[in-house]
Amino acid sequence: MSGDHHNTDDSGPAARVKALEALLTEKGLIDPAAIDAIVDTYETRVGPRNGARVVAKAWTDPAYRKRLFADATSAVAELGFAGPEGGHLVALENTDRIHNLVVCTLCSCYPWPVLGLPPVWYKSFAYRSRAVSNPRGVLEDFGLELPSEVEIRVWDSSAEIRYLVIPQRPKGTAKMTEDELAAIVTRDSMVGVAKVEAPRA
Amino acid sequence: MNGVHDMGGMDGFGPVIREQNEPVFHADWERRAYAVVSLVLRAAQTNVDEFRHAIERIPPARYLASSYYERWIAAAETILVEHRIATREELVAKEDATVDPRQIANAVPARGPAPVKDKSAKRPPRARFAKGDRVRARNLNPVGHTRLPRYVRGKAGVIARDWGVFVFPDTNAHHAGGKPQHCYSVSFDARELWGKPTSSRERLYIDLWEEYLEPIASKPKDKTSKRKAARRTVRR
Repeated sequence: MSGDHHNTDDSGPAARVKALEALLTEKGLIDPAAIDAIVDTYETRVGPRNGARVVAKAWTDPAYRKRLFADATSAVAELGFAGPEGGHLVALENTDRIHNLVVCTLCSCYPWPVLGLPPVWYKSFAYRSRAVSNPRGVLEDFGLELPSEVEIRVWDSSAEIRYLVIPQRPKGTAKMTEDELAAIVTRDSMVGVAKVEAPRA
Repeated sequence: MNGVHDMGGMDGFGPVIREQNEPVFHADWERRAYAVVSLVLRAAQTNVDEFRHAIERIPPARYLASSYYERWIAAAETILVEHRIATREELVAKEDATVDPRQIANAVPARGPAPVKDKSAKRPPRARFAKGDRVRARNLNPVGHTRLPRYVRGKAGVIARDWGVFVFPDTNAHHAGGKPQHCYSVSFDARELWGKPTSSRERLYIDLWEEYLEPIASKPKDKTSKRKAARRTVRR
């Protein structure tokens, strides 16, 4: 009863989706080709690799970084990323003193164009309930312990603003290219539940 | 509505469990559900607030026992039935004898506010608050849709940013008008929300519409106005 489980057998929800799809196709309200196009978009084109490109560029291009913190929606669109749940993007900067963490307590709002669809843990009742009242405890669930002097800012996405955390660039990455940097940026670091680690030499 | 979806600050759900190398979808039905529900919402000409409210109206025990995409399916069924696009009986798969039509679209009825005059055609409303203003989240308990969670109601915070004008979910979800108004990032000290033992190095930022907020007058001003009022009374 955790709500995090996912049904993998073919009963229950599978039958109901089939019924929905068949009925609406029969009524001429949906086009089966549109279904495949939507699935393809979120399985292959839109995902955390988009956000990683934004972060890597912000780490290597100071002018871009400035534009990103001034207007993230436009700066993200420069890289070709836009779409549903991305009309009002805001970038949050993690520093030595401030750590940002994003949640949606009322449902599971998430910045789709830059991170794709949310992972199960982000949608879980455990995360939605405790991220606001005990963020340090939640970060410990992810193995992240922050010094007590670091201020934690929790962002509850209750409206149409969608937040992207820009993690700190790890030490020892000065010689890496933008592409190499994009490859080490993780989804979790862009929600604020992890730091980016430099690759082991 | 004060539903089980309003989870901020609840205990008892256990630790957050992260899955390694998680796929976008865990089963083919999830893949279909995501796409079909997206198309249902388009076909029904609904809006995101109405969809969220249809999820919130899933009876609490069922809400807690359902996964994310199961809740999406249930909400899509509710919207199709309420918009009279399909009936419960039609929504039961012909070959599936295990589903009772009464289980389909069994959301609690929506009880929304009365329609308001939509002034969206006129110039955008002026902001009542500015960055740095002290505000209190009002103690509202609407029976319809709202994006004002229980854990901030009655609490004092500070306007961090004005995001501009957005349609009001509390009326938009019920097709009772867009009622566009300013939406603000409001910052709260974690101790105001959760009490003294909380670290002073935690802040909560949440986006709240203007109607959810009331001003907190600064204290010295209060005293002066009271004194003035007292003087006025004496003179009379």
